[in-house]
Amino acid sequence: MKHIIDIRELHKTYQRGGERISVLDHIDLTVDEGGYLALMGPSGSGKTTLLNMIGGLDVPTKGSVNVCGVNIAQLKGRALANWRAQNIGFVFQFYNLMDVLSAQRNVELPLLLTKLSKKERQKRALTALDIVGLANRAKHKPSELSGGQLQRVAIARALVADQRILVCDEPTGDLDRASANQILDLMEILNTSHHKTIVMVTHDPEAARHAHECLHLDKGRLSAEVNA
Amino acid sequence: MSYLGFLFANLGRKKVRTWLTFLSIVVCFLLFGLLRTVGGMFSGPVNLAGVDRLVVSPKYSIIDPLPISHMNVLRGLSGVQSAAHADWFGGNYLDFGLAFPTIPVKPREYFNVYSELEITQADLDTFENTRTGAVASRSTAERFGWQIGDTIPIMGNIYPQEDGALLWEFELVGIYDRPNSSGGNFEDFYIHYDYFEEAKQHSKGMIGWISVKVDHPDEAALLASDIDALFENSRNPTRTMTENEYNAQFTKQLGNIGMMINMILTAVFFSILLLVANTMIQSFRERLSDLGVLKALGFNDGWVARMVLYESLLLNVSGAVVGIGLSYLSLIGLEPMLSNFGVVELTSANLIFAMAIAALLGLVVGAIPAIRASSLPIVDVLKARG
Repeated sequence: MKHIIDIRELHKTYQRGGERISVLDHIDLTVDEGGYLALMGPSGSGKTTLLNMIGGLDVPTKGSVNVCGVNIAQLKGRALANWRAQNIGFVFQFYNLMDVLSAQRNVELPLLLTKLSKKERQKRALTALDIVGLANRAKHKPSELSGGQLQRVAIARALVADQRILVCDEPTGDLDRASANQILDLMEILNTSHHKTIVMVTHDPEAARHAHECLHLDKGRLSAEVNA
Repeated sequence: MSYLGFLFANLGRKKVRTWLTFLSIVVCFLLFGLLRTVGGMFSGPVNLAGVDRLVVSPKYSIIDPLPISHMNVLRGLSGVQSAAHADWFGGNYLDFGLAFPTIPVKPREYFNVYSELEITQADLDTFENTRTGAVASRSTAERFGWQIGDTIPIMGNIYPQEDGALLWEFELVGIYDRPNSSGGNFEDFYIHYDYFEEAKQHSKGMIGWISVKVDHPDEAALLASDIDALFENSRNPTRTMTENEYNAQFTKQLGNIGMMINMILTAVFFSILLLVANTMIQSFRERLSDLGVLKALGFNDGWVARMVLYESLLLNVSGAVVGIGLSYLSLIGLEPMLSNFGVVELTSANLIFAMAIAALLGLVVGAIPAIRASSLPIVDVLKARG
């Protein structure tokens, strides 16, 4: 199967004062199209940094990061932003929705970058909300929604522009068990029915069990596979 | 959601603060519209064409007098229908807080030139025949509760009497109306020139200005230049102008109106600059994480910077549009009071100037947050959010 993510010899170091800190060290990683990868590990192990590399939010110090057929390590500025808009949907632990916009408008946001008409954007946002089961909450502001609903809105925003990869950073970290399970079930549906490739950072073993593959990151190095 | 809707939504993040800032901008441009219009009336070009009355005043300063002999010359000039002279008596009624224009005139001459002033023939006759007589506008008489026959004491501050006394007393012998003044503030109090001329201590034989009624309004501009040419080489050269310009000249004696207005506006705009800049910077700081998320979603640095800049422009330009609109409406209401000084008109030049200032203000106050938004590192912002 074709690798949608292909990372080779990835290094990431930060300079803090006079000290050089290695965050990611010799990372080799592939994910097949339609795959579902969970990244686990202790705090500070480099999980989020690796996720940011895959999502094109951060650049490697060394190595190549091929995602969706593009070595994004070589992309910069506008080109990298365009690539993110077309390929990556982000789901954050704290949802990161805009408080001043309704659920529908939050979902519609990424479509402002497209040439779609206003009507078409609204239609697509409602479809995305329908997929996550929140079409009836379209006009609600974030302050009027529960944590689980907020995360579902965030997921709708991540898939509204038909991005191929969902990059999820602790998507259930701020939710109770029941809400977390609903989110995990939804992500599984997106993976199986909508063929979205998912890369998820989590501390939650229950969440990791939904993934096809679970890798452990410790001190910047990928170690054993936890489960499959 | 449209892009404009998105900008409005962002501005609505802190509604009270945004409204207060918006209202400050509105007030600022309301002042701009009013002051620039009023200032323009004192400095704008004068159109002499079509006026039926001209004012002949001293060329260099309205406080220089003209010899009364100019009157005779003017009366004989072709194109002059009639003429009447007047002067500025100054003075105060009762105390320094109560003042109105007191003007010595030749009754029949003056009311002939100012034919729109309505006075009964009986009152005019009495005024003509009473050397210490005076007539007041109805508004002035009502303001002070005067009745015909009352003695009106005026404390002179320019012209003492021959014995040095500053107190002048006049008998109110008539009331006049000015129906076409549209409710304007018309308070002139006319006293008899003959009495004034005889009783004053100095400047005998001199007058303040001459009002000339022209035969053909279409030739008013030509007549004005003819009059000034006539006296050009005399000891008392003249400057002939419209009544509006003359009134404006009077007010100009207070100082350089245009400069004062520009100084006030500069101070106002500088305050607004600081206020709006503060609002925009606060707004920027409060939504760092939103800006970081937008960038993560694929909005590039330039897009995010432009969005911040457009918000600033939207706030400033919409405030300016509302402010200028209100000033336009206010000027319609103020026109009766201001029309004595010239044409009350919010000019297109001032409109364009206001919009240019609004745009510049928007760009200046939006520039710093926009630049900072552009260089915002996504990872750091998202990390700070947790």
